[in-house]
Amino acid sequence: MTDARPPILEIRGLRKKFHDVEVLRGIDLAVQSQELVFVIGPSGSGKSTLLRCCNRLEEPSAGSVRIDGVDITARSTDINAMRRQIGMVFQSFNLYPHMTVLRNVTLALAKVLRKPRAEAERIGKAALDRVGLADKARSYPGELSGGQQQRVAIARALALEPKVMLFDEPTSALDPELVGSVLNVMRELKRGGMTMLVVSHEMRFARDAADRVVFMDHGVIVEEGLPQQMFSAPSEARTRAFIAELAR
Amino acid sequence: MGAWSRFLDTFFKWEIIERYFPAIIKGVVVTIEIAVAVVIAGILLGLVLAIVRALRLLAVNALIVVFVDVFRALPPLVLVLLVYFGLPNIGINLPSFAVLWLVLALVLAAFAEEIFWAGILSIPKGQWEAARSTGLNFLGTLAYIVLPQAIRLTVPPLTNRTIAITKNTALGTVIGVGEILNQATTAQSFSSNATPLMMGAIAYVVLFIPVVVLGRFLETRFAWRRI
Repeated sequence: MTDARPPILEIRGLRKKFHDVEVLRGIDLAVQSQELVFVIGPSGSGKSTLLRCCNRLEEPSAGSVRIDGVDITARSTDINAMRRQIGMVFQSFNLYPHMTVLRNVTLALAKVLRKPRAEAERIGKAALDRVGLADKARSYPGELSGGQQQRVAIARALALEPKVMLFDEPTSALDPELVGSVLNVMRELKRGGMTMLVVSHEMRFARDAADRVVFMDHGVIVEEGLPQQMFSAPSEARTRAFIAELAR
Repeated sequence: MGAWSRFLDTFFKWEIIERYFPAIIKGVVVTIEIAVAVVIAGILLGLVLAIVRALRLLAVNALIVVFVDVFRALPPLVLVLLVYFGLPNIGINLPSFAVLWLVLALVLAAFAEEIFWAGILSIPKGQWEAARSTGLNFLGTLAYIVLPQAIRLTVPPLTNRTIAITKNTALGTVIGVGEILNQATTAQSFSSNATPLMMGAIAYVVLFIPVVVLGRFLETRFAWRRI
């Protein structure tokens, strides 16, 4: 964090209102290159909304989000061009059920980046290989387990070589025995130098993989710090209460 | 004369069948022409309207909803008569064939739009979000992700509705379109015999049974893999 380079993801004064409810009330957060930042907090604290504002699936009401220096909220920014640099992984996978696994991964390569079919498939297979599912290329999502589906979803984002990846509770919809395989893939990404912002409650994973943990409540960042410090000795009472709740 | 031969004489008189067979065939050709034109125009227009509606432009959507509701509420016969006898008063003279095509295509478009729209709405929001987050734009997401899944769901209701509206080509008879029923009633009044009507009925069955069977085939073919 002492890095002098500009952060890959920089959020400043971010606010989001749904009708009269202000879900995000001024968020400032920077994620450095190759950093893995964990966002925790009670449900309704705004952490998913924060993530979704980072690729404008939700339109921020105020503030800015910069990806590698480019303000994605600016009117002049081509949001579709920016989104391919921001990988997004959803809680419910959201694979395309009518397409094979390989087609799920190569669709954007072919239709957005206009890569020739052979090249798109080569990249797609390499991405599937990274998540350990090269042998499932011809399967349909419905034929895979939840853990495998989520890994395909990661490969789909990975294939576009994003500058940062956003994970929205990637393991919350999984049976406990399938969580490990997804976390292993994320560990592998971290080792490969991927910049990641992760909303999740996987405390053990956060402890050994995260560079920083951010605790959110009621639309603000309450405190942030190193994982050990956040989980063992948080300074804020709200954080302490939440961590105690998680650990039960 | 026994009841049986009287029945045959009324509905299946051979020399009348021979005499009016060419006319009925001509009617079949006209019916097929209108039906095909109605199906193509109606479904395409319905699809376009549903896609436009997916853009969620408030004013435009209000217009679409008004169009759809009016054309679904009005009996097609009323529309046929209204357009055929009404338009000449404002200087627009359309041939009866065109009037029938236009009205039925618009009615089918109204129903098709609702069916496609319901299909589009039934696709989970997550599908849109996943596609958009890979940089795919609105139309690309619609074309590659949403419509292929939505259309699969729409095939059964759309098939039924298409068959029902295509059968309304028979309404052309009241404005003198030379389709099956028109040929049959003309022949019936000349011959004072119901045989041509029976020929017309048989022609409809021969024409539409394959369509119904095709519809069933499409329903099973497209019903696969609903996850």
